[in-house]
Amino acid sequence: MNAPTLFGLCGAVLVGLGLYGLVVNPQPLRKILAFNLVGSGVFLLFGVVARRGAALGMGGDPVPQALVITGIVVAFSATALAVALVLRLHDLTGAATLAPADADEPPAQ
Amino acid sequence: MNLALLFDGMLVVLILAVAVWTVTVRDSFAAGIGYAVYGLLLALAWVRLAAVDAALTEAAIGGGLTSVLMIRATVRLRAGEAAARAATPGPLPRLLAALLGGSVAAGLALVVLALPDPAPTLAPQVAEHIATTGLGNAVTAVLLSFRAIDTLLEAVVLIYALIAVWTLTPDRFWGGRPGPKYETDPNGMLAYLARLLPPIGIVVAVYVLWVGADLPGGKFQAGTLLAAMWLLAIMAGLTEAPPISRRWLRGVLVAGTVVFLAIGFAGVPLAGAFLAYPEGFAKPLIVAIEAASMLSIAFTLALLVLGPPERSDQA
Amino acid sequence: MSQLLDLWTVLAVGAGVFFFFAGTVGLLRFPDTLTRLHALTKADNLGLGLIVLGLLPRVGSPLAGLKLICVWLLVLLASATASQLIARVARRAGPPA
Repeated sequence: MNAPTLFGLCGAVLVGLGLYGLVVNPQPLRKILAFNLVGSGVFLLFGVVARRGAALGMGGDPVPQALVITGIVVAFSATALAVALVLRLHDLTGAATLAPADADEPPAQ
Repeated sequence: MNLALLFDGMLVVLILAVAVWTVTVRDSFAAGIGYAVYGLLLALAWVRLAAVDAALTEAAIGGGLTSVLMIRATVRLRAGEAAARAATPGPLPRLLAALLGGSVAAGLALVVLALPDPAPTLAPQVAEHIATTGLGNAVTAVLLSFRAIDTLLEAVVLIYALIAVWTLTPDRFWGGRPGPKYETDPNGMLAYLARLLPPIGIVVAVYVLWVGADLPGGKFQAGTLLAAMWLLAIMAGLTEAPPISRRWLRGVLVAGTVVFLAIGFAGVPLAGAFLAYPEGFAKPLIVAIEAASMLSIAFTLALLVLGPPERSDQA
Repeated sequence: MSQLLDLWTVLAVGAGVFFFFAGTVGLLRFPDTLTRLHALTKADNLGLGLIVLGLLPRVGSPLAGLKLICVWLLVLLASATASQLIARVARRAGPPA
C-alpha cells in the first residue's frame, strides 16, 4: 500500500459516494454537488495514474495531469450551465425539484 | 508505514469525512460550504500526488468558483428547500442506491489495485521533445504544444457553455446585465477588501501566468484569479456587470480562441501542420496564446458564475 | 546553527498547531456565532503566523520567505473581512431562538 494506491482507493470511494448522493438527494442542486463529487473522484484516479508514471526526474506523467486540468475547467462550465438551468426552472415553475408537475399547468413567463 | 503515508492516510480520511458530510447534511447551504472545504482538501491531495498544476486549478475552480456558484444558487432556492426535502426517498431506494454506489466503488477499487506494474507512462516521450517548446514545465508543454488541440477545443467549449447559459435569459432581459445590482456601503469592509485585494490579485495572476512556463502555473489558474477579483469588485458594488450585448465584452470573450486559431492556421504554411510552431518561435507564440487566453478565460468564468442576464441594460 | 534552526521550526510549528487546536476547541465549545468567530480569528491567525515563522528557516531563498509572509498577510486580510461580514449578519439576526 503506497500513497498513489491510497489516493486511488479514495477516488473510488468518492465516485461511489457521489453516485449515492446523486440518486438519493431530491434537490437538483445537491444532485449537481454529488455529480461534482463523482467528477473529482474520477480526476483523482487520473492523478493516481499520472503519479505512477513518474520517470526521468518528473514527479508524474504530465499527460494525465494536463487532461485533469482541462477536465476540471470543463466540469466547472457544465456545472455552471446545470445551475443556470435549475435556477431558470425555479423561476418558471416556482418548484425546486424534478418531481413531475401537474400536466395542465401552462409554464409561467 | 512511514510518516508520509500516515499523513496521506489522515488526509484521505478527512476528505472522505467531508465528502460524506456534504452528501448527507440536511441544509443545502451547509452542503455548499462543505464542497468548498472538500475542494481545498482535494487540492492538498493533488500536491501529495506531485501534480501542483492540478492542485492550483482544483483549489481555484473547485474550491473557489464552483462553491461561489453553489452558494449563490442555494440562497436563491432557499424558499423551496423544505418542500424539496420532503421528497427524500424511503429506506428501500436508499439501500439500492447505496448498493449501486458501493458496487461501482468496489469495481474501481479493484481496478486501482490491479494497475499494471511497471506503470506505462508517456513521460519519456515528453522529456524527449520538450526542448522544442522552450518550456520547462512539462504540463504546460503538453497543454499548449503536444495536446494543443485539446486546449483549443476546451476554450471553445467554455464559450459554448456561456452561450448556453445566456440562452436561458428571459426575452425581456436579452442584452441586459447579469446578476442583481449589488448595493454595498462604500465605506464598509467588503468595499475595502474589493479595493485592496484586486491589485494584489492581478499581480499574482500575471505572475502565475508568466511563471507557468517553467514552474507550476499557467493560464487557467491565472484566469480564475482574475475572474475572482472581478467578481469581488462586482459583489462589493464597486463596478457593475457589463451588459452582454456590448461588443467589447464579446470581443474579449473570443479573443483567446481567435488568437489560438490564428496561430494554429499560421502553422500550416510556416511549420507544416495545424497548430505546429515554427523552429525557435515556439515559446513566444505559446506566451501570446496564454496571455490572450487568460483574459478570455477570466471573463468567461466570471460570466458563467454570474449567470444569465436578470435585468435590462438601463437598470 | 542548523540544529538551532530546526529546534526553532519544531517549537514554532508546534505552538502554531496548539493555537489551531485551541481555536477549533473554541469553535466546537463556544455557545454562539460571535464568540466562535472570536476564537477562530484570534487563534487561527496567530497559529498561521507561528507556523509561517517556523517554516521561514527552511525556505530555499529569501524570495520564497517573502512569499510565505505574503500568504500570511493575505490570510489575515481575508479572514478579518470574512469574520467582520459574518459578525454583522449574526448580530443583525440576533441570538438563536
